[in-house]
Amino acid sequence: MPKQLIIDGTQIEVEDGTTLLQACELAGAEIPRFCYHERLSIAGNCRMCLVEVQGSPKPIASCAMGVNDLPPNKDGSPKVISTTTPLVKKAREGVMEFLLINHPLDCPICDQGGECDLQDQAMAFGVGGSRYSENKRAVEEKNIGPLIKTMMTRCIHCTRCVRYMTEVAGVEELGLIGRGEDAEITTYLEQGILSEMSANVVDLCPVGALTHRPWAFNARPWEMKKTESIDVMDAVGSAIRVDTRGREVMRVLPRNNDAVNEEWISDKTRHIADGLRTQRLDQPYVRRNGRLEPATWADALAVVAANLKGHDASRIGAIAGDLAGAEEMFALKDLMSRMGVVNLDCRQDGAQLDPAHGRSGYVFNTTIEGIEGADAILLIGTNPRVEAAVLNTRIRKRWRQGGVKIGLVGAAADLGYPHDYLGAGPQTLGELASGKHAFSSVLAEAAHPIVIIGMPALARADGSAVLGVAARIAAAASRDKVVAGGGLNILHTAAARVAGLDLGFVPGEGGLGTAAMIEAAGAGRLDTLYLLGADEIDMSALGNAFVVYQGSHGDRGAHRADVILPGAAYTEKSATYANTEGRVQMTEQAVFPPGEAKEDWKILRALSAECGQTLPYDTLSALRLAMYKSAPQLQRLDMVIGESDGSLDTLANSDARTGSEPFATAVADFYLTNPIARASAVMAEMSALKAQSTKALSAAE
Amino acid sequence: MLLEDKDRIFRNIYGFHDAGLKGARSRGSWDGTKLLIDQGHDWIINEVKSSGLRGRGGAGFPTGLKWSFMPKNDVRPSYLVINADESEPGSCKDREIMRNDPHLLIEGALIASFAMRAHVSYIYVRGEFIREREALQRAIDEAYEAKLIGKNNIHGWDFDFYVHHGAGAYICGEETALLESLEGKKGQPRLKPPFPANVGLYGAPTTVNNVESIAVVPDILRRGAAWFASLGLPNNTGTKLFQISGHVERPCVVEEEMGIPVRQLIEAHCGGVRGGWDNLLAIIPGGSSMPMIPAAQCQDLTMDFDSLVKLKSGLGTAAIIVMDKSTDVIKAIRRIAYFYKHESCGQCTPCREGTGWMWRVLERMEKGQAEKREIDLLFDVSKQVEGHTICALGDAAAWPVQGLLRNFRHVIEERIDQYQVAHRDAAE
Repeated sequence: MPKQLIIDGTQIEVEDGTTLLQACELAGAEIPRFCYHERLSIAGNCRMCLVEVQGSPKPIASCAMGVNDLPPNKDGSPKVISTTTPLVKKAREGVMEFLLINHPLDCPICDQGGECDLQDQAMAFGVGGSRYSENKRAVEEKNIGPLIKTMMTRCIHCTRCVRYMTEVAGVEELGLIGRGEDAEITTYLEQGILSEMSANVVDLCPVGALTHRPWAFNARPWEMKKTESIDVMDAVGSAIRVDTRGREVMRVLPRNNDAVNEEWISDKTRHIADGLRTQRLDQPYVRRNGRLEPATWADALAVVAANLKGHDASRIGAIAGDLAGAEEMFALKDLMSRMGVVNLDCRQDGAQLDPAHGRSGYVFNTTIEGIEGADAILLIGTNPRVEAAVLNTRIRKRWRQGGVKIGLVGAAADLGYPHDYLGAGPQTLGELASGKHAFSSVLAEAAHPIVIIGMPALARADGSAVLGVAARIAAAASRDKVVAGGGLNILHTAAARVAGLDLGFVPGEGGLGTAAMIEAAGAGRLDTLYLLGADEIDMSALGNAFVVYQGSHGDRGAHRADVILPGAAYTEKSATYANTEGRVQMTEQAVFPPGEAKEDWKILRALSAECGQTLPYDTLSALRLAMYKSAPQLQRLDMVIGESDGSLDTLANSDARTGSEPFATAVADFYLTNPIARASAVMAEMSALKAQSTKALSAAE
Repeated sequence: MLLEDKDRIFRNIYGFHDAGLKGARSRGSWDGTKLLIDQGHDWIINEVKSSGLRGRGGAGFPTGLKWSFMPKNDVRPSYLVINADESEPGSCKDREIMRNDPHLLIEGALIASFAMRAHVSYIYVRGEFIREREALQRAIDEAYEAKLIGKNNIHGWDFDFYVHHGAGAYICGEETALLESLEGKKGQPRLKPPFPANVGLYGAPTTVNNVESIAVVPDILRRGAAWFASLGLPNNTGTKLFQISGHVERPCVVEEEMGIPVRQLIEAHCGGVRGGWDNLLAIIPGGSSMPMIPAAQCQDLTMDFDSLVKLKSGLGTAAIIVMDKSTDVIKAIRRIAYFYKHESCGQCTPCREGTGWMWRVLERMEKGQAEKREIDLLFDVSKQVEGHTICALGDAAAWPVQGLLRNFRHVIEERIDQYQVAHRDAAE
């Protein structure tokens, strides 16, 4: 039953279950707070949100008081709540004073300065001076890893970080030890935190106790330009904000997007920033006499064009990498098609996904937000914790709400929430599909069963057969139920993949796929291979093929290349990406590409002119218009197209037979999955720390 | 008039007799318990309500009323939790009950659990109480053996009684921190609401009662609510274990009627204040958290909840700390302030930061090394702690300081003057 309240003279109606703090915000009153965070459990310990409630002698902590718990007035009139009375003002000043007596006055050297809740609220709700003349408390600094810098003297014990780690990240690595004024936040053994989502605690910390170690003392918030963009480290497409100063990306922070990442991002998304500065390709190179030598754009493009023109189209191939934007993939496909090349593939991991079966056959149909509505989740050949860490927190969030069964088929892993381990490979899938497995009845009885299938189950010879079995399981489980796309969800690991499939960047009639192209190159049947940021293939197997590498980082592809065309990273161009749900989003250009590097579509446009096949678009918007004609779904920005296109049935009717090999692990090292991450010193450090901790564990055994 | 022996509930509080089952039975325990239980849940609650029994743990909330808050038709189990974490400096009554009359407590626990439809009761015993826990466990084992409690006992109400031994943190005597600790978590008070009667131990309806509150229940039921209500004063009925310590000739724990004048209590049972009544400086009437009362107000003071509240103090656990004129009150309160600083759980801001601040200021005031304006500052700080915290420890830390400042401001001022005189030369 909605409840009437009078807050600061305004009468409002609020829903059941609202807290007093939310009600006050609805009424337009500003309530200061430190410990309260809407995505975490309520601690009620900072006592900053005190308000006065009529009939209560003491001020009440509004964050922890539900409107339903307010005792009703005897005459049934609405409760009167005040947030501006002298009592409230005095209470806030008191709490503020207590928070500050042991807080060091080191704002000028604190990285939180300028975006500090304590600073802001002290200005708004505190008193001018200090009455505290005793010594201040000093707390030893803790070492909790390379990502999070601590200055625990500044801690105000709000426990947001503890609650986040325990509830959202799912690792109980932070805690409050000791008591009274000696209480300290620590990992106790001072071990580095190894959650993939750990650095979000820094955003949560209302003071400068936890700051980003990699960016320590580098920049002030007010001197950075802020660009809203999209992350490409995984296929989730988290909303990010890129903060830049001059030509440098200083840091990456999360933006709020309830449909995708809420307000969390993974450590890789955040701390990739230093990788954007190192190992950059900033000028074209051409291999002469076995050595890569600097070249001009004109030279490099001429060499590539001559090579492309000089070979038969059937002996040319192109592979698009994991970070490529839709624009450059479209331009590359366009150029290749004009030259008659059909050997195209955007699936460098070899995933057996075919756009011909329809879009819902290769996207995450129930959407990430839809996970919260699921009551049975079957994970097939996937470890979402490393493949899509942010999406994994959504599954964990669902698990915390209770009433959900989660089963895993594939490599056993610690997902951060309890789950039933059902089996290792296709055999278990077969049992699930035939209804013989115990988990089949869980799926059958669930109202909203969903099946999530990962790349390890698809990037193998029998991948399409596995997808067929998964589709049969999903179809059987969702029969007569309202579940988007039949509950079949493909969890991609590459940001570029869905757009690539949308664009049909797959082998044309009689064309070769990734594996076939590599084999053909090794056997001398393929003369030229164009790698659009593709670094995850076996470069040593390419034989004597002429390799053109267009990309941003000097990684595996660039080392093998005969010509390097320096492109732009995702922060340096406006590019379109479709995330694993098929949600189309656009990055914004935050800085310019370094040196002579260019935006990727421009390189391809210039190359097309050299090849005598000039692409008919001179601007990015003209390119997009052409792209939208060929793949209309890409123009629906920030939307997920929900309609089912019957691909589930097509897939379910496949009669291909699965093999028996167990599903492997997709991501060997969470911190080093792409060229930018491999260029980042921070990621390398985290990777080493993780390896060390695994080793230490086995030694202890 | 002093309490007559016939009206005594704690008939073995000094341990002169057998504390075991046989001895307890000879003193009337476990006599006709089945008949009491057969009267039904509601009869027991009503009887306790009409006896006027108020909680003996400090806050004085009516026990019967508290029991009636327990939901009657809930699918969750109900729990009775008995708070034997007696850690308030000055208080020493619950340990005497557990040592010397444990069967009163066990029988009370059975009856109270039955009244609240609980089949399981936990008792949280203070960490330092080793022998007490052993004594209690011995008695529980006897009761199980005699089929007085346990499954299929002779009373027809399945009842299990578990002793949980704490680890010696003062805060675990706060009822919700106690529940947290009982659940195996760190003892930090919970936010209220929800109150334990709705969401308590393991999320189930729970009532937390003091040891003494539970131990007096069998006698109330056996002898009738009217008997209990006839003792003491209106709204402050019954008998109470008083614990007198400090500057008296013979400190003791003694059962007396509620509302006994404090002077009579001290002179009849403790041999008077050391050096005579006129040598009295002040008393702390209810354990260290209650504000002190100066001698001038003690003359006609009666020991009950209401009269002490009128003096801006409280009965608390009725642990009277007597201080004669040799006492350095600033030092005494400084020590108490240190205790609360040490025992603050650190969860919420005012108590975590405020207790340390108050102690540090008092540390200087004890030497006179302070400014006079700091007296008002200290009072203001104590007011900023009081009423702004999650649990009552904030209040408990603030009140003794306020009691000092209200009643002995002149002592602090004199101390500061002395210090300044003594250090004037050095300053020049």
